[in-house]
Amino acid sequence: MKLTTLLTSAAMALGLATTAMAADKTKVGFVYVGPVGDGGWTYEHDQGRKAVVEAFGDKVETVYVENVAEGPDSERVMTQMALEGADLIFTTSFGYMDPTINVAKKFPNVRFEHATGYKTAPNVSTYSARFYEGRAVQGTIAGHMTESNIVGYIGSFPIPEVVRGINSAYIHAKKVNPDVQFKIVWAFTWFDPAKEADAAKVLIEQGADVILQHTDSTAPQAAAQTAGNVITFGQASDMSEYGPKPRVSSIIDNWGPYYVARTQAVMDGTWESVMTWDGIGAGMVGIGDISDAVPAEVKAEAIALQASLADGSYHAFTGPISKQDGSAWLADGETADDGTLAGMNFFVEGIEGEIPQ
Amino acid sequence: MDLSAINPVLLIASLMVAATPILLAAIGELVVEKAGVLNLGVEGMMIIGAIGGFAITVETGSPWLGFIASAACGAVFSLLFVLLTQVAQANQVASGLALTLFGLGLSALLGQSYVGIKPPQMGKLEIPFLSDLPVIGPILFGHDPILYIGIALTAGVWALLKYSRVGLVLRAVGENHDAAHALGYKVVRIRILAIMFGGACAGLGGAYISLIRVPQWTEGMTAGVGWIALALVVFSSWKPWRALLGAYLFGGITVVQLNLQAAGVAIPVEYLAMSPYVITIIVLVILSADKSSAPAALGRNFHASR
Repeated sequence: MKLTTLLTSAAMALGLATTAMAADKTKVGFVYVGPVGDGGWTYEHDQGRKAVVEAFGDKVETVYVENVAEGPDSERVMTQMALEGADLIFTTSFGYMDPTINVAKKFPNVRFEHATGYKTAPNVSTYSARFYEGRAVQGTIAGHMTESNIVGYIGSFPIPEVVRGINSAYIHAKKVNPDVQFKIVWAFTWFDPAKEADAAKVLIEQGADVILQHTDSTAPQAAAQTAGNVITFGQASDMSEYGPKPRVSSIIDNWGPYYVARTQAVMDGTWESVMTWDGIGAGMVGIGDISDAVPAEVKAEAIALQASLADGSYHAFTGPISKQDGSAWLADGETADDGTLAGMNFFVEGIEGEIPQ
Repeated sequence: MDLSAINPVLLIASLMVAATPILLAAIGELVVEKAGVLNLGVEGMMIIGAIGGFAITVETGSPWLGFIASAACGAVFSLLFVLLTQVAQANQVASGLALTLFGLGLSALLGQSYVGIKPPQMGKLEIPFLSDLPVIGPILFGHDPILYIGIALTAGVWALLKYSRVGLVLRAVGENHDAAHALGYKVVRIRILAIMFGGACAGLGGAYISLIRVPQWTEGMTAGVGWIALALVVFSSWKPWRALLGAYLFGGITVVQLNLQAAGVAIPVEYLAMSPYVITIIVLVILSADKSSAPAALGRNFHASR
């Protein structure tokens, strides 16, 4: 009995000592849904992590785990990170929402930052980017460029984030091209290059000559390139290796400044739970260079739209807009509030098909 | 709903492409399991083949060399499994899982400098007259050569297992390695060759994804195809033609459901998304109602002294 007590206290003392030592360095953990080399979503989060390393050098230690499945397994990974002494953990996919909240309850002294979700706690912040502003720019280009009037859209999961993007792209494509039609395919995965390529091929076979994707790899770009006369947009990352065609522009996520600011806040002890949702104006959403495959007047229009979104003079969801079932949503000139946008679970009028529930 | 948007000819042609990587990997694993070895490293060998084939194709400019290299990479990589299970007598399940994890990591490392590169394309088979036939041409005669190699391999493995002496010996080793050993057959040597064949097939399947189906290199791009192939071998009751049927069903329904989605068919998307798994399992379970069972020595290590 005595021996065990002794061992326990020794172990505890050792544990305390390591924690104290670790406190010198701020440890920041990142949970990724795909591999860092996906060329899209996870790649950009890892760029953000590298920005943190660059900004703080020796004062910070970062750890990351790739390919973490959404759901219970992510809880295990986060718990492991917290146990290893992480001070701040970024969980970078929508499906980590509930696991993040669960783990955060168990570790009140660890700060969590969950991307694209809507649940917070005293030690859980959420952050996201207004990708739908970028989708508005894409929709404008897509509406002008399509000759078949069919735009293919590869959705990942039917979550507000994705639905918002589809609505925004559709509204702006419709604005410049009343005949435009969206064909939407749900891949039910964030990252599966073969399936994403198949989805792109299917859409192209069914007449689409513009492919928008909300999945993480560059596979749809490769499929579009093989098919020939099709244009695409880089998703999450610039994907410029597929330019000037098929990739004619892109949405670039820029997480670095936010990650650096939040790490700084933890170091200073000023960290608080916040809900951050920044767009083009704040620099969290970047629009990749619009290539020469786009006619000059279309390019100018897209850049003007980008500027008006950035300075706040135009909101991507400005009425009149009706919901898919025909009921009114936004009156003329009215703009959508963030609450509705954050939980968006309906298509706007004109889009065919249902959102899987 | 607009079913006319679906072009059945293009649909059948693309479902054959979607099925080929699964088929190649499954045929290889089938031979391995027939020899009594359970290699769960299919996914790892596939991704090694995917990057190996991709790298060689980019460096040499020849997709043919790339495919040969991918088979070689898969076979060489499977030697690690050979070393663990046939020489060191390690547990096959654990070794196979290790092979998958190692393969995924190693391929990510090797592939660092190949992200975003477009590989040279392998030309489609052009047979004068036949390829120009309406409907039949694009479906039967308009593919890349590897797709036909997949089908030929299925036929070859079937004939080999069923009619040849080599197949008989292989099956004997898989059913009862002690008896095979007593008859003077080199159990370990036969198993090593089977494992290498499985590795080569998996490598080819992986390269098919990175060179033809997508075509690009992305980390972790096999995304579970190896596991599907493993499951397929079991559900097909270790019979080559059923593995082909299963692969075509699975690959086919995956493509069909995407087509139906794009055409706006009023079936809830959740059902469409799960349909490849459900239908493949149902069909193969019904088919396997006859009394075909796993090779008796499957997963058991052999050592001559025991």
